[in-house]
Amino acid sequence: MKRARMLYGLSVVAILALVLSACATPTPQVIKETTVVKETVEVTKVVVATATPETVPEKKGYKIAMVVKNLGNPFFEAAKKGCEEAAKELGDECIFQGPATPTAEGQIEIIDALIAQKVDVIAITANDPDALVPVCKKAMDAGIKVVTWDSAVAPGGRQIFVNQADMEQIGRIEVQMLAEMIDYKGQIAILSAASTMTNQNTWIEWMKEELKDPKYKDMELVTVVYGDDLREKSYTEAQGLFKSYPELKGIISPTTVGIAAAARALTDAGLCGKIALTGLGLPSEMAEYIKSGCCKEMALWNPIDLGYMATYVSHLMASGEITGKPGEKLTAGKLGERTVVDDGAGGGMVLLGPPFKFNAENIDEWKNVY
Amino acid sequence: MTSLTKAPPKRFIMLSLLLRWEWLLVLLIIVACFVNASLSRYFLDVDNLFDMTFNFMEKSLVALPMTFIIISGNIDLSVASNLAMSAVIMATAFQSGLNIWLAVLLGLCIGTIGGLINGLLVSRLRLPALAVTLGTYALYRGVAFVLLGDLVVKGFPDSFIYIGQGNVLNTPVPVPLLLFSVMAVVFGLVLHRTAFGRLIYAIGNNEEACRYSGVAVNRIKVIIFALSGFMSALAGVIMTARFGSVRPNIAAGLELDVITAVVLGGVDIFGGQGSILGVVLALFLMGITRFGMSLKNVPGQVQSTLIGFLLILAILLPQLLRRFALRSRG
Repeated sequence: MKRARMLYGLSVVAILALVLSACATPTPQVIKETTVVKETVEVTKVVVATATPETVPEKKGYKIAMVVKNLGNPFFEAAKKGCEEAAKELGDECIFQGPATPTAEGQIEIIDALIAQKVDVIAITANDPDALVPVCKKAMDAGIKVVTWDSAVAPGGRQIFVNQADMEQIGRIEVQMLAEMIDYKGQIAILSAASTMTNQNTWIEWMKEELKDPKYKDMELVTVVYGDDLREKSYTEAQGLFKSYPELKGIISPTTVGIAAAARALTDAGLCGKIALTGLGLPSEMAEYIKSGCCKEMALWNPIDLGYMATYVSHLMASGEITGKPGEKLTAGKLGERTVVDDGAGGGMVLLGPPFKFNAENIDEWKNVY
Repeated sequence: MTSLTKAPPKRFIMLSLLLRWEWLLVLLIIVACFVNASLSRYFLDVDNLFDMTFNFMEKSLVALPMTFIIISGNIDLSVASNLAMSAVIMATAFQSGLNIWLAVLLGLCIGTIGGLINGLLVSRLRLPALAVTLGTYALYRGVAFVLLGDLVVKGFPDSFIYIGQGNVLNTPVPVPLLLFSVMAVVFGLVLHRTAFGRLIYAIGNNEEACRYSGVAVNRIKVIIFALSGFMSALAGVIMTARFGSVRPNIAAGLELDVITAVVLGGVDIFGGQGSILGVVLALFLMGITRFGMSLKNVPGQVQSTLIGFLLILAILLPQLLRRFALRSRG
């Protein structure tokens, strides 16, 4: 009986230790916070702001919280690098946070905690554009600036949107790349993510728009198939394309999962060179296929730059140098000047720039970056 | 029977130890509060503490009937899917012009029917609850997706939004928290103060014996599964109001959090033991721990890991205690 009691006591201690250790790990941040606060107080330098003629004191030490869809996703880990780089340049603090699984519920819980700790800016890429609106409004009511990037929160739940690239540009560039590869002739197909994904669907609409140009009159889009952004399903769908369309000349896959699966399927079936492949892919995943010539060229924006840009925009929103109105000008560090444009819903949007093209010449520089 | 009369003191200590699971939870909550408060100056703030509860009230509402179901030796994996299905049906009805409160009523009926189907399959056909609710877990979520696909329903009236986002009158108390408090008292009274509640324990301890004793086992099972469906739908209403919108993928994975809270609350996963108080305490312990970690920006995975550890301990501890108790008795 004594042993049972002792065990009980031990277990209590064990649980307590767990709770304590989990809560205690980030202690250094407490220290960081206080020093940051000190810095803001001490700053007295005056500089001329780029956008406005009057002089404003230089501001730094903002707490910028970057909330991503889920942690452990290489794309967002790369964006984190950009956030940290920009925060260092600006003298801000980059808080990188995200739920374990990509749900709106998880993000709402995180934003609630960020509101409670009174951060200056929340820069979020949304798992659900609508469900996050109430909590983002709550943040704005609390005086926090809400910036969205990558995947926007619906208008009303954001003050500015940092978009990777123009939807139109992304769609059109993929058709242009493929047309070059197949000499503007033959049947082509699209291997997309899930049929519900708004980004992919918009790009596909623009691809169809681009194909209306007379110079593509000998190219025929035979089908759009969906691999749901699952590796195995995308692979099977790609194989299905080879079988159903023996005359197929090219595939566009506007998703990083799809393009990698298609490249593997082409390689396994020995069809590299016979069927051209392009789309949006991660350099690290696609390097071997770009070198083997299976996918001669593909595009993607740089997630590091995206995180960097989102952080700069966040900083400028916090300092009040920009307010998110179309027409405002800003300088985003190494990325240079940008103008806030209309997002089509009455709000402001900053574009990262045209998608970056990867081919055999530059893939080695990028394959280890992201 | 002899052991009962022969060794009352030992057994008494053993039982009272087990009964003190709630005290352990209270202690843990105090420790968690203390640690959080000392690590973050934003924790001990009335508004923040009340605001925090918005995030786990839906889970809490579903955890109450789940306590009944697990005590009766069953399980309901379909709660989150049922929540999504009834919320989607409610929303589509509203969108096609039905009055919002009638739509809410419709949603609650759909949820109850969903639970009823589980209950009938489990009791009349004597199928294992795990298999049945695993099936309806996929089925109900599927219905939600068929109805709404990748679309969203929004534009609910403010009076409806209020029940998910508002505070009671001019106090900082959130409406969902008040609703949960009332429900917790009702469920607690039913489980611990009525014959119906005692029969749930009896079924969990020995279902066959109950059947031979003339207990209406089937009827009780149907009732508790239907209750689970109703509460899932109610949680769906609250969640819809909190988000101001519905998508078919809402509350994905919620059933696991609910079951975690129930087991952490000291309810025996094999049935027959547990209390509503323990579950309520566990819900708040999980909520406070998560909030504290979020305040210190602990990554999501680390938070899940800790909750997982707590759960394993919660299952392990009573098992070990029982084994030691048996061994020390010889």
